[in-house]
Amino acid sequence: MAQLTLEKLNKRYGDAAQVIKAIDLQVNSGEFVVIVGPSGCGKSTLLRMIAGLEDISGGNMYIDGTRVNDDTPSERGIGMVFQSYALYPHMSVYENMAFGLQLAKLPKDEIARRVEASARILQLEPLLQRRPKDLSGGQRQRVAIGRAIAREPKLFLFDEPLSNLDAALRVQMRMEIAALHRRLKSTIIYVTHDQVEAMTLAQRIVVLNRGNVEQVGTPLELYDHPANEFVAQFIGSPKMNLMPATLVHAGQTESVVRLWSGKELVIPIATPTSAEGTKVKLGIRPEHIEWGSVAEAPNLADVLFVEHMGNETYHYLDSGKLGEPWVVRDSRRSDIAAGDTVGYSLPPEHCHLFDESGQAFARRAVANGASRLPGMDAPPITFAEPARTNVMH
Amino acid sequence: MKLTRQQRELGKKFWIYLTALVVSVICVFPFYNAVLTSLRTGQELFLTNYLPTTFHWENYVSALGENGVGRSLLNSFLVASITVGICLLVSITAAFALARVRFRGRKYILFTILCVSMFPQVAVLSGMFELVRFMGLYDSIGSLILSYTTFSLPFTVWVLTTFMRSLPVELEEAAIVDGANLWVIITKVFAPIMGPSLVTTGLLAFIGAWNEFMFALTFIISNENRTVPVAIGMLQGASQYELPWGHIMAASVVVTIPIIALVLIFQKRIVSGLTAGAVKG
Repeated sequence: MAQLTLEKLNKRYGDAAQVIKAIDLQVNSGEFVVIVGPSGCGKSTLLRMIAGLEDISGGNMYIDGTRVNDDTPSERGIGMVFQSYALYPHMSVYENMAFGLQLAKLPKDEIARRVEASARILQLEPLLQRRPKDLSGGQRQRVAIGRAIAREPKLFLFDEPLSNLDAALRVQMRMEIAALHRRLKSTIIYVTHDQVEAMTLAQRIVVLNRGNVEQVGTPLELYDHPANEFVAQFIGSPKMNLMPATLVHAGQTESVVRLWSGKELVIPIATPTSAEGTKVKLGIRPEHIEWGSVAEAPNLADVLFVEHMGNETYHYLDSGKLGEPWVVRDSRRSDIAAGDTVGYSLPPEHCHLFDESGQAFARRAVANGASRLPGMDAPPITFAEPARTNVMH
Repeated sequence: MKLTRQQRELGKKFWIYLTALVVSVICVFPFYNAVLTSLRTGQELFLTNYLPTTFHWENYVSALGENGVGRSLLNSFLVASITVGICLLVSITAAFALARVRFRGRKYILFTILCVSMFPQVAVLSGMFELVRFMGLYDSIGSLILSYTTFSLPFTVWVLTTFMRSLPVELEEAAIVDGANLWVIITKVFAPIMGPSLVTTGLLAFIGAWNEFMFALTFIISNENRTVPVAIGMLQGASQYELPWGHIMAASVVVTIPIIALVLIFQKRIVSGLTAGAVKG
């Protein structure tokens, strides 16, 4: 269990562009942090820098307060799970898990104890004498995790560990990893491009884009209070709708925007007077758009097509010349069909506002409407959350 | 009359087996003839008789004992084994550098290696002779180890580099995370995985060193340092007009047996070595 601190960490290859640009991050002991971002955002490079497989070009990295920039991966005390598992094909499961311990010259009985303990945690005991080629994908993944556990590392690093598994197995392994974290209470840094994995596993998410940290926060913080357009659109599926608007009247508690359609809307978000008259974007999540009757609703649109998922329905509304269609998600089944004209409204309390550069105007705390069992005083799960640290450049 | 399916199938099989028979007869006949001749003495040697008539084992005894072929066999074993050992050690480390370490001119080195392996032996014979003399290795088996290693290395380095490139980088990184240094990665992780290709290239280097004639003839003059191919070539009869066919053939058979044995022992691994990397396993 260790604390990881990154201080202005950066990475450049030769004279070429910086891949990682001065990243500050604090991962607390026992925390599960997911680094998420689109492909090519530098998330794997960042993880490999933390692991010690890539050199650090600038900045400092500390594990438990000790500077480890120049330490080898094994000196840093990390355990890593690779995307392709990277099991040694010529060794049995037992030997795979024992290899690192043998290199560390641990006594034989200690090696046996550790390997058996991690095999028990992952239910690998019946497989210990098998070769990797005789295992299924999920079993190989568990062996790779077991190899990391047996090292008893200070820090677990996962590099897109589920992307080689099929959908059903992915959900199962996701739960196993979450359960494992609850059990071991270890510090985990997990890289993925899949925002669903990030939302479900993380205590805190780091959203990375082009080598910059866009936002750090708990999954619901990112969902309810995205710091900018990128995070707003990256977190959540289908992604948030963005509509062009003009800020007509700025205010301390409420602001008035004029939508592209000419309709004005009063939104409970504070904006500075200096922004008055500028172009802004109004964001709203697909599940927050409300249907209204064609006669009374403030906005009308044609339905381009409808996707029935069974448990929910996606409606794509024609946005005219504004580009991508708006998406409306309805958790009920609907009898709206392509070609229909529908009326809808945008509930102001669910709206987000972004300035011209894409930065969000801060929203007030959202009433999260969490369902509680009667007689329960506290929410069922409590995480000791650190203060939200936003790093922007 | 139209043939049935079965009859056509039978006809096809007939041709396949006939062709196989012809090819195997052509391949095996020289060796069969050597075995046959090695078991005859005196006038029998010059009779055209394709079935074994007599079994005279004394050819083997005298070839191995009296003419120093036994000593040459030992020399050949030493030369071939040491050559293979050096070859594999140098080429697996070289392959690691060429496949995994990024440095300027890597491509040109690989290309040069490929070019060098195409030179005919005669072209470098005089140069090699100078080198051997300069290093004081003339008339010792060291000269042969040096020259055979020089000729085997390009091929083994090339093959092992190609194979090592096909191994996933993550495997190496997993070993680094496990605390392995470069030597441990090569010997404990890469070498076992590359076992089949190491066996294949090692065996080819062994056969090359075992059969080589020209360098062995040029660099060695004393009888006790000769390798087997030259020793057989130098076998002499009672008079200078007599060619001791029986002895020559007996020695040739003896020389062939170790190679056949090696190939049979490693047969399974050779096949997997030659096809390794073709299909992801």
